[in-house]
Amino acid sequence: MQSALKTKPKYTKRQLLKMEIKKHKHLYILMAPYALLFFTFTVIPVFMSLGISFSYYNLLETPRFIGLDNYLKLLLYDDEFIIAIKNTLILAVVTGPVSYMMAFVFAWLINELKPKVRAFMTLIFYAPSISGNAYLMWLIIFSGDIHGYANAFLIRYGFIDNPILWLKNPDYIMLVIIIVQLWLSLGVSFLSFIAGLQSVDKTLYEAGAIDGIRNRWQELWYITLPSMKPQLLFGAVMQITTSLAIAEVSMQLVGFPSVQYAGHTIVTHLIDYGSTRFDLGYASAIATILFLIMMSANLFVRSFLRKLGD
Amino acid sequence: MAKKFKIKATRKLNRSLGGDIFLMTLLMIFGIFSAYPLIMTVSNAFKPLDELFKFPPTLLPRNITFDNFRDLSELMENSWIPFSRYFFNTIFITLTGTVGHVIIASMAAYPLAKYKFPGKTIFFTLVVYSLMFAPQVTATPNYIIISSIGLVDTPFAIILPAIASSLGLYLMKQFMTQIPDELIESAKIDGASEYRIFFQIVMPLVKPAWLTLVILLFQRLWTTDGGAFIFSEEYKPVSYALRQIAQGSIERAGTIAAVAFVMMIVPVTFFMISQSRIVETFSHSGMK
Repeated sequence: MQSALKTKPKYTKRQLLKMEIKKHKHLYILMAPYALLFFTFTVIPVFMSLGISFSYYNLLETPRFIGLDNYLKLLLYDDEFIIAIKNTLILAVVTGPVSYMMAFVFAWLINELKPKVRAFMTLIFYAPSISGNAYLMWLIIFSGDIHGYANAFLIRYGFIDNPILWLKNPDYIMLVIIIVQLWLSLGVSFLSFIAGLQSVDKTLYEAGAIDGIRNRWQELWYITLPSMKPQLLFGAVMQITTSLAIAEVSMQLVGFPSVQYAGHTIVTHLIDYGSTRFDLGYASAIATILFLIMMSANLFVRSFLRKLGD
Repeated sequence: MAKKFKIKATRKLNRSLGGDIFLMTLLMIFGIFSAYPLIMTVSNAFKPLDELFKFPPTLLPRNITFDNFRDLSELMENSWIPFSRYFFNTIFITLTGTVGHVIIASMAAYPLAKYKFPGKTIFFTLVVYSLMFAPQVTATPNYIIISSIGLVDTPFAIILPAIASSLGLYLMKQFMTQIPDELIESAKIDGASEYRIFFQIVMPLVKPAWLTLVILLFQRLWTTDGGAFIFSEEYKPVSYALRQIAQGSIERAGTIAAVAFVMMIVPVTFFMISQSRIVETFSHSGMK
């Protein structure tokens, strides 16, 4: 290849590219099935969503171009959407960082245990996120009558006199969603951190001890965290995306719509317009805004974490 | 107890007894927070109805009974469509989806991990970016696309988008990067074709990553209720049917517990068996 290039320097850039592609034909064939599905169900939909968001579309009639109307209506006249944005941001700002730190701290603590205990604790922390709808157990725990475990517990020990309507009282709805969401949140990033901790070079710790590292906190800050930067970045992406997409827990626990929209999020608003009211243009505008929020949050945090410690 | 900790403290570098006790207590408290609802889900499934409503709730059933499962199977028999049909649908969706995902995502991961070719960087960047937004963003256009290719109300409306999950491709690619290049080179010298190298050398080497891709997609497909994509009763998955059963009155509490137990135990058992290999995969999950 190299010699061919030297003897015939007449190839244009495009011809070179063609040759490269031809040479790697089998690679493209291997990638084709995935690429086809990925573009059909992930890449193209993002652009479609943007396009549809400028139209009125209900699946039956042909879409009608209405410019920025959907966005104007969303941001200026849709009070529920403002509530949804507020709730989503509160949930993300609380559950995002807290779940991220929980995932790291528990992975870090588990890492000190003996292998068998470590496997057991990993299972305990990871199981909620793969247990299907086992989180509905929280319906019984937070049930509004005196039989709900939380109420029964608080009444028995004299904290409250009357049962609290956890799932119906707007003052408690967000708290319940946050607790259950945190319970569910030790997922992929948790596993990533456990694996990352296991692959930190052990000799670094001994070298650190010689260099004057005195306790576990210094060790964590100067050795462990810097060695795990790639996993920490990956975990951040996972937690941010999940924490901005909270919906299922809210819909199943506090109802859809929830009392005074106290548990309404951007995604539940999207589901409301997309699947219930079939206003697909409006739903797409919501989806586009959500897309922008998620991307900018991720890119911002990523560039922040990358700079950290450099 | 304290003695145990002391032995540990003398053995390990930079560890104080106070710190150990504090951190292990923290771990214990959150361990209970994490495990309690799961334990209750399991134990409620085996409690008789009167014990279900007792306070304080018994952590372990005092009178173990299988009545809840008996009631569940009775309800299943009386359903409009034979219950085995719902099970078949779920198993079909889960199997086809996970097997398809593992094969197709691995096929795409191999070139991305081991070769340089035009379009590679941009394609992988797109995959990483797609991890940054939730699938709900594309739900509406997906519905339009799926209905325009005539897949609405077939299991493939659930299966095809799941096969293209980008998390699976990402993890598989990261894992494949650590396969030594020499292995591939020597196979090439022996005259093996690219396809043979992939299926006979690379695929067997990434078995731990298969399991990871399987568990991640498995739980998603296992619990799918078909959503807006499947509306014919005979194509509905089991989780939809179970939810219908669960929407009964208070006497159904036992049955609901049995349902939750059934849905939970399958993915959790799978993870338990394959845990060490799944964790191994994630050691390569890092991002730059």
